[in-house]
Amino acid sequence: MTSAEKQPQALFPHRHLLGIEGLSPADITALLDLADTYVEQNRQIDKKGSVLRGRTQINLFFEASTRTQSSFELAGKRLGADVMNMSVGASSVKKGETLIDTAVTLNAMHPDLIVIRHGSSGAVELLSQKVSCSVINAGDGAHEHPTQALLDALTIRRRKGKLQGLTVAICGDIMHSRVARSNILLLNAMGARVRVVAPPTLLPKGIDRLGVEVFHDMAKGLEGVDIVMMLRLQLERMTGSYVPSQREYFHFYGLDYAKLAVAKPDALVMHPGPMNRGVEIDSAVADDINRSVIREQVEMGVAVRMAVLDALARNLPNERGANEHNRGVA
Amino acid sequence: MSRTAFINARLLDPASGLDTQGGLLVADGVIADLGPALLNDGLPDGAEIVDCGGHVLAPGLIDCRVFTGEPGAEYRETLALASQAAAAGGVTTMIVMPNTNPVIDDVALVDYIERRARDTAIVNVHTMAALTKGLGGEQMTEIGLLRDAGAVAFTDGDKALASAQVMRRAMTYAAHFGALIVQHAEEPSLSGGVMNESELATRLGLAGIPAVAETIIIERDLRLLELAGGRYHVAQISCEASVEIIRRARNRGLPVTCGVSAAHLQLNENDVQSYRTFFKLSPPLRGEADRRALVEGLADGTIDVVVSSHDPQDAEVKRRPFAEANFGAIGLETLLPAGLALVHNGDMPLARLLAALTHAPSDLLGLGRGRLAAGLPADLVLIDTDTPWVLDPSKLKSISKNTPFEDRRFQGRAIRTMVGGRTVYVRGDGAGH
Repeated sequence: MTSAEKQPQALFPHRHLLGIEGLSPADITALLDLADTYVEQNRQIDKKGSVLRGRTQINLFFEASTRTQSSFELAGKRLGADVMNMSVGASSVKKGETLIDTAVTLNAMHPDLIVIRHGSSGAVELLSQKVSCSVINAGDGAHEHPTQALLDALTIRRRKGKLQGLTVAICGDIMHSRVARSNILLLNAMGARVRVVAPPTLLPKGIDRLGVEVFHDMAKGLEGVDIVMMLRLQLERMTGSYVPSQREYFHFYGLDYAKLAVAKPDALVMHPGPMNRGVEIDSAVADDINRSVIREQVEMGVAVRMAVLDALARNLPNERGANEHNRGVA
Repeated sequence: MSRTAFINARLLDPASGLDTQGGLLVADGVIADLGPALLNDGLPDGAEIVDCGGHVLAPGLIDCRVFTGEPGAEYRETLALASQAAAAGGVTTMIVMPNTNPVIDDVALVDYIERRARDTAIVNVHTMAALTKGLGGEQMTEIGLLRDAGAVAFTDGDKALASAQVMRRAMTYAAHFGALIVQHAEEPSLSGGVMNESELATRLGLAGIPAVAETIIIERDLRLLELAGGRYHVAQISCEASVEIIRRARNRGLPVTCGVSAAHLQLNENDVQSYRTFFKLSPPLRGEADRRALVEGLADGTIDVVVSSHDPQDAEVKRRPFAEANFGAIGLETLLPAGLALVHNGDMPLARLLAALTHAPSDLLGLGRGRLAAGLPADLVLIDTDTPWVLDPSKLKSISKNTPFEDRRFQGRAIRTMVGGRTVYVRGDGAGH
């Protein structure tokens, strides 16, 4: 990109946000710092900005998601972008259109930013190779969910003042979780100590080589931690295939006050949502305003997504440049 | 009477250990004579003379694992096109798998393949018939009748025969006919994944296929083999543990053989990086230690045959997210070059590699080919073992371009291929078709 050469010191020197992998601590810090400013903006009466005025943002969701999609929609609108939501689901697959056809079709409409969620690991990266705009990964299979890790980091940093040196326990279905993978990468990059706590059936092979300490026991895994990050466990995985029952899972791995007692007295409880109350987390803990920052995570989500959209848009060619660029690829 | 004289050749016959400068005479489709002194006293009148320039003249290669699209998916590849790819790769006999539509599970369908091959293919084609009807894994096919119709072995192709009971009965029954059973060793209930189960799969967020999915089936089948008798061949092994299991079973005297694909000898799971679907194979590419063990297993004879596992897949089913893409890679034209890389690397002598591509598969399937010997059909390949080249998929004969060796640097390839005395490929001029 010639435009990148003209801007020697880009805030975020990447064309896409496909994952936390490949980001430097400086990249992450820049996004979190920018997000901090948007937290303040979002708390004003007038929340509307204009840095994305004239830009088109498409939210392309192949997997249903109420909260992530609305968070991205709100983020784009607050920055002044025109936002279009597309929930593709299985319908266009039935019509025979391939994933790549969908991408090429949308690309022809000249969007500036495409936010993509897809059920298959690597699908967002595949699509990013077929479009000429910036792509943001809103979750791909069990691979990555970078904006979730960023909003978690922002939440922690605002509460604890730092990330470095903290001990974070990620608990639950690590195997199927893109949230876990992105958080492990981000927290390691920022100098936090990461533990994973789960029954062995929900831990993927070689997880210990991703820079985490592995625990199978909540009492040991939560001992002395600053942050307890719970993951959602899909109900169909609790009927004997990965764990024997909901009852047994909650007994050993559900977060309640008794298990939380071994964490630091000021340890924070987090959950990416949507929660299965009484399965992975006790309702009282989830709603405890002194411990749970779950609602705050939702607020940080909008700010972080505004920061990501803004940062990527700064690397886009300006209007005249865009035309030249498009002529170039055509 | 048509005659061809190969002069100035390095005659290499792995079966007999022959490796000498000399000449070979083909008359009426069969090898008439060969040897160091042959043709020293002048060239026969009217014969086509092929000056081999010192290159290796060896028995034509026999590839015992080729998937084609005929019948049912001719857009992926026909028998005719597969045979052209084979000829260009020095493969003079290809064994096609029954995983077509319809499945090759009936005498009439074996006949169909034989007829289509006779009419359209430029290399020898034999069929492995389905071991169970419709590849359903439940009812045995008519093993005796299919054998009489020309089926050289029985397999469910890229589907594992999962039921121990059906496998036991099939072995017991096939033993009576001396028929070979070929297994795709992968326990289905452990094979929900899409790549090797490993740290890399965890990083990529892809579901893994553990090596035990393979070893469980091999070990189970070996127990059944002890009970039932007969002959049993594992189509492709992919991991170190399987090499060990086969080695031990051989030492116990069990009649077990196995194969490995050229891709698994050259590539490992790291090639999958960033979701490259052309490296999505079944069995999956595994770690480097596994690849090394496969190379050693081939070098020491534990692994009997090298196959291409040629499996054409169109762009439509490969240009998908990794988990949704089809398995399989083409390989007829890279079988020999990928194998030669092992020779250049010092892993094994050329004769050992060629043994696993010529007389070993011939003996396994009772083809009566794969040797340089007077009286045998003149299936020959002339190999330039040294010239470097880079693989350009657009130059491959296959219409499906799903090769894992795109832009790969190779050293050596087939430069002339003869099937039954007829020249079917000459590098550079496209002769033969």
